[in-house]
Parts: sequence; structure tokens; C-alpha cells
Amino acid sequence: MKFGVLQFPGSCDEVDALHAAGKVGEAQLIWHRDRDLGGADAIVVPGGFSYGDYLRAGAIARFSPAMESVIEFAHEGGLVLGICNGFQVLCEARLLPGALLANTNLRFTSRLLELDVVRTDTAFTRACAPGVAPDGADAGQLTLRIPAKHAWGRYYADAETLAAIEGAGQVVLRYAPGQNFNGSLHDIAGVRNERGNVFGLMPHPEHAVDELIGGSCDGLKIFESMRSAIEAAALA
Amino acid sequence: MTRTQGTTLPTVEDALALGLTRAEYELVCEKQGGRAPNLLELAMYSLLWSEHCAYKHSKKLLRTLPTEGEHVVMGPGENAGAVDVGGGLVCAFKVESHNHPSAVEPFQGAATGVGGILRDIFAVGARPIAVLDSLRFGESSSPRSRYLLDGAVAGIGHYGNSIGVPTVGGEVYFEAPYEHNCLVNVMALGLAARGRLVRSAASGPGNALVLFGASTGRDGIGGASVLASAELGAQDDGAQDKRPTVQVGDPFEEKKLMECSLELLDRGLLVALQDLGAAGLTSSAGEMASKGGVGLDIDVAKVPLREPDMEPFEVMVSESQERMLCVVEPANVEAVMELCQKWEVGGAAIGEVTAGGQLRVLLDGQLLGEMPVAALVDECPLYDLDPRKPEKPIYPPPPATAELSYASPPRELLLALLSSSNLCSRRALFEQYDSIVQSRTVRGPEQADAAVLALADSSALAVSIDCNGRRVAADPYTGTVAAVLECAANLACVGAEPLGTTNNLNFANPEKPHVAWQMTESVRGLGDACRALRAPIVGGNVSLYNEGATGPIYPTPVIGMVGRLPDARRAGRTGFAHPGDEIALAGPLRHSLAASELAKLLGEPLPDGLPEIDIDAVVAAQLAVGEAVRAGALSSAHDVAEGGVALALAECCLSGGLGAQVELPEGLWEPAPLPPPPDPASRDAVPPLLTAALFGEGSGSFLVSGEAAAVRALGERVAVLTIGRVGDDVLSINEGGALAGTTLTLTLDELAQAYAALGELFS
Repeated sequence: MKFGVLQFPGSCDEVDALHAAGKVGEAQLIWHRDRDLGGADAIVVPGGFSYGDYLRAGAIARFSPAMESVIEFAHEGGLVLGICNGFQVLCEARLLPGALLANTNLRFTSRLLELDVVRTDTAFTRACAPGVAPDGADAGQLTLRIPAKHAWGRYYADAETLAAIEGAGQVVLRYAPGQNFNGSLHDIAGVRNERGNVFGLMPHPEHAVDELIGGSCDGLKIFESMRSAIEAAALA
Repeated sequence: MTRTQGTTLPTVEDALALGLTRAEYELVCEKQGGRAPNLLELAMYSLLWSEHCAYKHSKKLLRTLPTEGEHVVMGPGENAGAVDVGGGLVCAFKVESHNHPSAVEPFQGAATGVGGILRDIFAVGARPIAVLDSLRFGESSSPRSRYLLDGAVAGIGHYGNSIGVPTVGGEVYFEAPYEHNCLVNVMALGLAARGRLVRSAASGPGNALVLFGASTGRDGIGGASVLASAELGAQDDGAQDKRPTVQVGDPFEEKKLMECSLELLDRGLLVALQDLGAAGLTSSAGEMASKGGVGLDIDVAKVPLREPDMEPFEVMVSESQERMLCVVEPANVEAVMELCQKWEVGGAAIGEVTAGGQLRVLLDGQLLGEMPVAALVDECPLYDLDPRKPEKPIYPPPPATAELSYASPPRELLLALLSSSNLCSRRALFEQYDSIVQSRTVRGPEQADAAVLALADSSALAVSIDCNGRRVAADPYTGTVAAVLECAANLACVGAEPLGTTNNLNFANPEKPHVAWQMTESVRGLGDACRALRAPIVGGNVSLYNEGATGPIYPTPVIGMVGRLPDARRAGRTGFAHPGDEIALAGPLRHSLAASELAKLLGEPLPDGLPEIDIDAVVAAQLAVGEAVRAGALSSAHDVAEGGVALALAECCLSGGLGAQVELPEGLWEPAPLPPPPDPASRDAVPPLLTAALFGEGSGSFLVSGEAAAVRALGERVAVLTIGRVGDDVLSINEGGALAGTTLTLTLDELAQAYAALGELFS
């Protein structure tokens, strides 16, 4: 199982993502000018400020040669995870519905958050299924503790799109009550595409993979889910 | 482009306008072989002979500081100092100021402050791993202070967050003397393999000089001399006429520049590397040539420009951000350009190393100016200070901000302190910073007294930045000793041993005798404390002329200290962790209300002098506590600082989410003598002993918690007094002995509500 982590000029969390993915599989960086995804089984579009976030967060990265290949890869059913700036890139690339607007507090905000897992039958949350709740508690309402840090993380979509993604079960993570500091509609923290192979979230699972650093390992569940989905697909 | 290069030479009046003195101008003429310098040469001399670049009022004092030690790999004089941190790695670190630019335009001033210090770190070949900031503003009741704070914090966040370097700590104080001259000091740390550190000395005549990064524009012309080396006038509060000297930062450009620089070094393509900061190309080229004992030819026609019609002197002094200068062997120039293209940064060979020891500026091969490197860089006259202790107080008493007195109920005093702008939680500020990128942050803001950053071999670095300017103002020697010891105490609380120190000496006009006295005494204290801690100074910065129309700032020698702990998993924390743990005070207890936060809150004038500190006793206590934390024996450790024992207890409760039941033994300690108040009739002349015991401040004591056996074991090394137990969700403090009775009880919610006061400034 091999993860490919994109690297744009201005990426900041690509090494963290490489490290996190490396805990559950092989992982390698993919330079933004490379069209070759190096045989990766899954792609991570990492956090940071690709191309300085000039014009609009993610708007330039979306046109990079590597992203052109990722779009193709996604259309073929490949697993793609977008974290923070990566989520913004995937929205700009129209691989995911909606857009990310400025936080309602208008400030860059960094906080360890609690996220409710809306469903565990996805390629990105299957390792969060009941019985393996990270805190070992009764799994009635699964929560993950994962930090978020961004200035443009307010999930927005028009009413029609919102109804559609809610109806199709595309909302995967929501901010737990009281945790939605950015003003995201419907408390949406993470959303997938209709097909279920592309997922974006504002919080940073790659920064919650080690108890010593950050005080939570819950982010690892996202990467473990992806490995598990890839392995299940290989068996099928 | 050669309009001003005509035959008319500038006069001595022009030299005065550029900040040189008459005598300095005459010396310049002498160094130029008896001829008057032309405009280009004069502009370059005026910058390199400015206080900012030449340290002409501080260099003699700085020579008294300890700079050598077993861990020091690179001392002062390079872009950043470095210490050995084991495992084949070194940590490069330095603090710098961007005070005057921030007073004019806080967002860009602070942002470019971060950019500048980060370039210093990667200029020595180290990858930046953390930023800390030290900020000073006028009282938080002042709208201007809140505007500056808001802008500076947003600027630091904008730059640090965008470039992927975590901001892991810092401090901010609000005091009236900073109203017209805020301080924005930024410290950065970087890591490098020991063998990969690069110096800035140019060498090898015939080697190429390559400028890479952003193109050169008209921003920041004359920043070092006009802005950084003169007092701010009253009209500079948002001064229109000085705004063009503030640079504008682009963190994306710097991110690419950083990655490009580090890859150039990884590939071994550079002979020397230097960043461009104050005084731009003039300073960088001059420094590189001076250190290498060589000359340089620079052709300004080869410098990529943002504007086509820039004068040669403008090209040479521009402070455009995000640029680096390097020396490259001719055979490697093409490879350097290819890497610049990979990272999408500009690059151009603009000159070459020469053997002559002359810095020559050319335009398309035509000579525009020629100066001996030694004269330009090293032969600015150094001045002796004329220190004299002021006969009368130079700072007005702080405004009383609470309807309280020393005799007020301790409960009210604690709530007032906890919600005061100097002591309340910094959450509203540090939440605007990315403190976790790079996955090293074992302890971030408000989790421990020092930030802790994991290294690959399971050890960790600890870092702290600190200075209480009010205490330095009350007693420049003792206040500075206290600032250094405070940093070391913070390191001890996480279990780290100090390796080295950096400092940013922020003072007012050194030509005034009382400021000269503050500087002299402060640097004496800095040296004594660093020697006692074996934490030598490896680099730093001096920022002078920090005074506005209303007077000088508090003398503020900001101290940054880096230490190491062998096992990151045992990093100490501030918060109480286990109900039932014993709480104890460890170390010398010699606390006084003189120049304390409580005294400030009550509007007390600054005392003339602070109680003497027994440096050796304090260092011994720090060693003992640090060892206990390293051994994993204690549950929490926090140094008793501003606000005294009561505030330390509240902070340990809040950080750990656990209460504490405390009984203060009768006659807890003999309070250090308080200097007599200047006007006893109008004040509560003698604070009750209890008030001094709860809120008095001094160096050397720690509030620790742990199992009874661990506290007992610590007592074999250092004086320890058990005062209570961790538990429940209230902080209660009782006075024991004959005066027995509940002194104060506060719930965690009440404490938290008071502690969150700063958030209102950002709502």
C-alpha cells in the first residue's frame, strides 16, 4: 500500500502527512510538476499555502501537472484525501462539492477539536467503526480529537447542493457541538464525493498520530481506513 | 540611471541628513584617501556606520559577555549562533527586533520581523523549526496598543503560519512606557547536521557572487539609518512620511527561498551564504567581504529590479525582503541557477570575489564607487558610554487600574491579577499561530513553562523567551539577572539543561547618561547570570533609540534560552496532574512586592532597586528541580514568577483542570525588605505579611507537585516546603498557625473566567 503526498511550492504540512501516512504504509512525495504519480494507491493533497494561496486558496494548485493526474486518478476511482489546503484544492478542482470561505471570526485559528464521525462505512472512516472507538467508550456517537488550523475553513455550499450532499450521505465528519469555530454550514468538517473515493476535511489528521506530540492519535484512523479500503479492494 | 552620479559631490550637510556626525563624515573622507565620498559611497557609509549596523554604542559593552562554552559551535558574529544538541545535530538560534517598523505599520513590521530572523537561521544552513515572540505595548486600555497588538499578532501569524514554521511560545507585556514605541522581538531556532553549518565569509577571488530570491525594489530605502537608529517623533504614530521605509513581506517568496537555500547547501553548491536584511546588499556584501578578508565587485546593472529606473544607490541600500546572497565557484553557477528555477526564485550573478579588499560598485562595467571593505564594515568609530544613574525617577508611576489596596481581601487581589492584561491567558493570541506544524511540539503554549520540541533521537529541545522590563527599570542589574534566571527556571520546569542564550537589548537613546547607565548595568547582569548558568551568549541583537516623545521605554533586555532534555516523554508540564499529589514550594523563598504586578496594579511607583538575588542559590534550586523533572519524579513544575505564589497556584490549577487545597504555614518566609514608599501618607504603607507571601515576587522558587516520596527526595537537594494537596475543583488557600482561617476560595470556573480577560480585546 503506497501513499503519494503532493508537494507544491508553499506546501507546509506535506512532511507531516508523509510521516503520518508512513505509519500505516509506504509514502512518497510527488513534486507538483510531475505528472507521474509513482504508482501510488492513494493520494494525499496536504495542508499549507500552495502557491501562496494567491488569487484564492487552492485556485492555482488545481492547475498543476500533478493535480491534472490526480483528477484523472480520482475519475478512475482512486482514493484521494485532501487536508486543509488540500481540501480547498479538491473543491477548486471540482472533485468535491462546495467551497471554503473565510472563518466567521476572520482570524487564523488553531485549536484541538472534537469531530463527530457521521458514518463509518466510508473508505476514510471505516477504521472508526464501533468497537474500535479511539477512546474505548461506548460507540453511540463516535468522536475524533484532531486539531484544525486555518483562516479559510468555513464550509459553504448553496442550499440545493447542501440538501443533495446531505441526502446522498456525503457528510463524513461534523464539528462536535460547540466546536465549529469557523462557521461551517451544517457543522460540516469533512465531506466526500458522491462516488465516495475523494474526501476532504479542514482538520489535520496528520497532526494527531502521536500521543506525545499533540496528545491524540485519532488522526491515524483516517490513514488506517484508507489502507483498509485499499486492501479490501485488492481482495475483492 | 546615472542622474545622481554627476560631478556634484554631496556635502557634509547631506552626511548629517543621512545620520552621520560631522566627525564621522570627516573620518569617511580620510578613509576614502582624503577625497569626499560621492552619493553612492556616502549612502553606503551612512548605513554601515549607523547604530543598527555598527553597534557603535554597544560593541564595547557586548565584548564583556561570555560567549564560549562546551556546547557552543558558533558564537556571535555569524547570522545566528549555534549549540551542539547531540546526535550529530546543532541548533542555530537568535532573537531580533523589528520595533520601529512595527510602531509605524504593525502587520508588515512584525511579519518582516519573522521573515528576517528566519533568513538568519537558514543562512547558516539550518532548517527553521520554531518561532517565539516577545511583544511590548502600552497599556491595554489604550486603543493604539490594541491596534498595534492586533496588527503585530496577525503579522507574525501571517508570516509564520504561511511558511510552515510553528510559533511555539512567547510573551507580551503592557506598560505605559511602550505606548509610543512598541517592541516586537522575534526569536527563531533551526536544526542542522553539525557538518553542514555554513559561514558567511566570502572567499576565493574569481568566485561568483549570486543574488537570489525576490527582485529588488524601492521598499525600505534607508531603513537601518532613518528608522532603526533614531528616536521616533510623536508624529510617527502611523507616520505617513516614514511608511516607505517599512518593508513589505511575502512569506510565499520566503518559503521558496528557504527550500531553495537548503537544497543548494544540501548539494554542496555554495561557498558562503548570507541573508539580506537591514541595509540590503550594502550590508550583506560588506559583511561577507569583511569576514573573508577579500574584496567584491558588484555590478548593479545585473541586479534584477522591480522598477526600471532605480538609482544605483537605491539598488545598493534597498531593503526588499526575501533575498539571499551567496558565493559560488564559477563551475557551479549553472547548477545554482537550475535549482533557483526549480523553486521558482530569481537568481543572477551580480559580481565576483576579488583579492583587493575593496568593495567596488559598477554599472555595466563602469566604476561608480570604491571603498575599502575594512573601513566600511569594521572601522566605524566606537563610542564610550557616559553612564550616570539618574538622581530622580525617570518613569511616572503606572496608572492604578484597580480600586484595591494591599489590605484588600486576597480573593479580590488574585482575581484582579489573574484578569490583568499582563497575567491573563494568552490563548486569544497563540490560537492565531500554528504551533504544531513540523510535528515536533511536545509542549506548546500554556502547557509548560517552556516550549518543548522533539528531536528524532527521542531527546528534545526546550526554549523560553522572557524579560520583565519593569523590574529591569527598577534595577537594571538585578532585573536583568532575574530575566536570565527566569528563562533558565522555565527550562528547569520541563527538565532541560541550558545550552546557550541569545538576547535582544532594547534600550532608549544610549547617548543619554541615564540610558547608558541602564545599558551598562543590564549587560553586567546579563554576563553574571549567563556565566553562573554556563549558558553563554551565542548571538543577539541590539535595538537602541527606543523612545518616543513621552520618554524612554523600560529597558528591556529580552532573553532567549535553549536547552536540552534527554527524554521527550518526560518533559515537565505546568498543570497539576493527579488528585492527591502533594504540592510544595522548592527553592529560595525571598519574595518582595517591590516592582511586582500587584504593585503595578495599585499604581505604586517603581522602587529604586530590587532585593539582591543569590544567584548561586537560585541556580542550585534550578539544577535540583530540573533533575527531578528529567527523572520523571514530579507530576508538575512551575516557577513562581509574576503574581507570586497565589498566581502560580491558579495557573497550575487552570492548566491541569484540577483544584488545590493549600495551607500556608505561619511565617512562611521572611519577606525581603521593601523599599520605603515615596509618599507613605497616601498609601497602605506596609502591606500585610500575608499579601506579600501570596503575591510577592522573586527569583528561584518553584511550585511542584508529585507523590509524597518524590517531594521528600527533592527536599534532600533543595529547601522544600509542602503546602497542600491537589484535588477537587476549587483553589482554596488557608493561612495556618495562629491566624488560621480561610484566606480565599475560588472555583476553577471563577479562575477560568478571570483568566480569559484578553479574549475581550479580540472580540
